[in-house]
Amino acid sequence: MSAALEAVDLKRSYQLEGVSVEALRGVSLRIEPGEFVAIIGPSGSGKSTLMHLLGCLDRPTSGALRVNGVEMSGLSDTSLAELRNRTIGFVFQSFHLLGRTSALDNVALPLVYRGTGKAERRDRARRALEAVGLGHRLDHRPSQMSGGEQQRVAIARALVGEPSVLLADEPTGNLDTRNGDEVMAILDRLNADSGVAIVLVTHEPEVAAHARRQIHVRDGLIELDTALAERARDEGGAR
Amino acid sequence: MRAREAFFMALEALRVNRLRSVLTMLGVIIGVLAVVILVAIGSGAKNAIEREISGLGSNIILVVPGQLSVGAAPTQSRLSLSDAAFVRRVVGDPSKVTVSVQSGETVRVGRQEAFVTIVGTDENLPNIFQRPLDRGRYLTETDVDTRRRVTVLGAEVADQLFGDVDPVGRQITVSGARFRVVGVYTTVGATFGVARDKEVHVPVTTAQRLIGADRINGIAVGASGPDEIEPLQQKVVAALGERYPGERFSAVTQTQLLGTIGSVLGMLTGVLAAIAGISLLVGGVGVSNIMLVSVRERTREIGLRKALGARQRDVLTQFLIEAVLLTTIGGLLGILLGVGGALAIQAATPVPAAITWWSIALAFGVSVAVGVFFGVAPARRAGRLDPVVALRAE
Ligand SMILES: Nc1ncnc2c1ncn2[C@@H]1O[C@H](COP(=O)(O)OP(=O)(O)OP(=O)(O)O)[C@@H](O)[C@H]1O
Ligand SMILES: [Mg+2]
Repeated sequence: MSAALEAVDLKRSYQLEGVSVEALRGVSLRIEPGEFVAIIGPSGSGKSTLMHLLGCLDRPTSGALRVNGVEMSGLSDTSLAELRNRTIGFVFQSFHLLGRTSALDNVALPLVYRGTGKAERRDRARRALEAVGLGHRLDHRPSQMSGGEQQRVAIARALVGEPSVLLADEPTGNLDTRNGDEVMAILDRLNADSGVAIVLVTHEPEVAAHARRQIHVRDGLIELDTALAERARDEGGAR
Repeated sequence: MRAREAFFMALEALRVNRLRSVLTMLGVIIGVLAVVILVAIGSGAKNAIEREISGLGSNIILVVPGQLSVGAAPTQSRLSLSDAAFVRRVVGDPSKVTVSVQSGETVRVGRQEAFVTIVGTDENLPNIFQRPLDRGRYLTETDVDTRRRVTVLGAEVADQLFGDVDPVGRQITVSGARFRVVGVYTTVGATFGVARDKEVHVPVTTAQRLIGADRINGIAVGASGPDEIEPLQQKVVAALGERYPGERFSAVTQTQLLGTIGSVLGMLTGVLAAIAGISLLVGGVGVSNIMLVSVRERTREIGLRKALGARQRDVLTQFLIEAVLLTTIGGLLGILLGVGGALAIQAATPVPAAITWWSIALAFGVSVAVGVFFGVAPARRAGRLDPVVALRAE
């Protein structure tokens, strides 16, 4: 079975006024279907950059990325959009909901780009909202909901299309502890129930602790990957 | 994404920014409104003039001295009654030739006064022009031959001088001479600004004595059918040219007048519509401007949509439809207001207005085209936005 995501020596540099800034300097990782991974690192270490690459929102300067075994560098922008639509769900720190649109329509948006009919869209969006405990907020607009509720709407939107990977960039960053815990509880449950792989960016150790595996990033490089460390230890113990 | 979804998405975006949408549309609304109203007035004027010319009678040839062209000042008349007799011989049927000599005079009945056009003519007038009588009789050959002081009044003159009283048999005074009213014409309206209902017809011989001249202003010939008009016209002009070598005579037919006036007015209408069209273009620039602002404002929304799987084409379509909806709704409102305005102008003023389907179709087509043309650049910009940059935008 192929990995949900497999990155090999990913590099990403930006040109800033003629100077090349290396945000990622060669990252390799493999995320299996259904895994729950936290990416931790200081500000500016390249976490978001990595997230955008894993989500096929951006193209690496060099290196390879396979999504469910498909190499993305060979795909057109249009194909990448379709890939994102079907296999990846995004959750952002600042929610990114459409302001004057109901929760239901916000959640249904990915299905619009898939060409799903209206009745089915509404049905699936309603079920996704019920799954995050917002069955009673279908017609509320973002401005009529708390931050925690808004982030749960965003999670419902990320999951409505039944992706294989959910990428969450500091999903609790804008929330207080109670709302943050609630969001994390939902992510735990979704990962356990639906088997969606979750890659979560955070710099809070308590949040990272929800994941079985932690990847520490510093200066555009992976400093520590607990999965590799465990395997190394196991192999070391066997010897 | 289906076209339907893109349409409703765009409509929703316009609804959310309602005031801005309406203000943006205003340019297009005003442009279309101006096109529809100006074309309606132009066409109305053309129709009215054509109706007037056709209302004169059918198959009429007007013979005047000198070179005749639209807009040229009339030349001093060299025609006389003997020329009319000559033309009668040329034409062959004397009853299909009539004459006219005109002069502005004040007429009086008791204390009532009216400034009118005295028209000296003869008994053949009704054979050529459409000039039905309301009461009484036309001028007769005897009236002309014996220089009688009798008159047939235009409807408005009769009304002004006599009100409800029947004028037939009563007297009017023109420059001190008394005339007996023998008939009253029905209302016929104006032709080329000539108020024919303000005419007072008298025998041409009487008129010449009154004015103190033996000239006539023109000769009118009635052809027996549409095919006869042109040969007859040429025959008359040639014969007069032979009679007076070195001088020019002109003969114009209704068809020629209609053609000339039609093309002049058509051109005028076209120019007006083009000027109004410029404001449509300006409206289009406004749409382009607002769409660019909108793309900038909604950068994060665009980034999000792309993250969720919107393709470049989906985003482009959404914004292009927004632009086209702006101009199309603006165009439809402009058409409604333009038609309403044209009808109001027609109802409230003497300006005739005719709403033509082609101007409405054109205005609609142009507003859609303006939306496409001016919407493409902002929509492409939206479609090409890099999703990462767009998502990071604040
Ligand atoms: N568009 C860009 N142009 C130039 N440099 C960029 C761009 N995007 C990111 N960078 C740089 O790349 C590096 C990594 O940025 P990134 O946003 O991935 O960090 P991060 O780990 O997500 O930080 P934070 O925890 O603050 O969100 C930073 O030094 C940043 O300045
Ligand atoms: Mg970040």
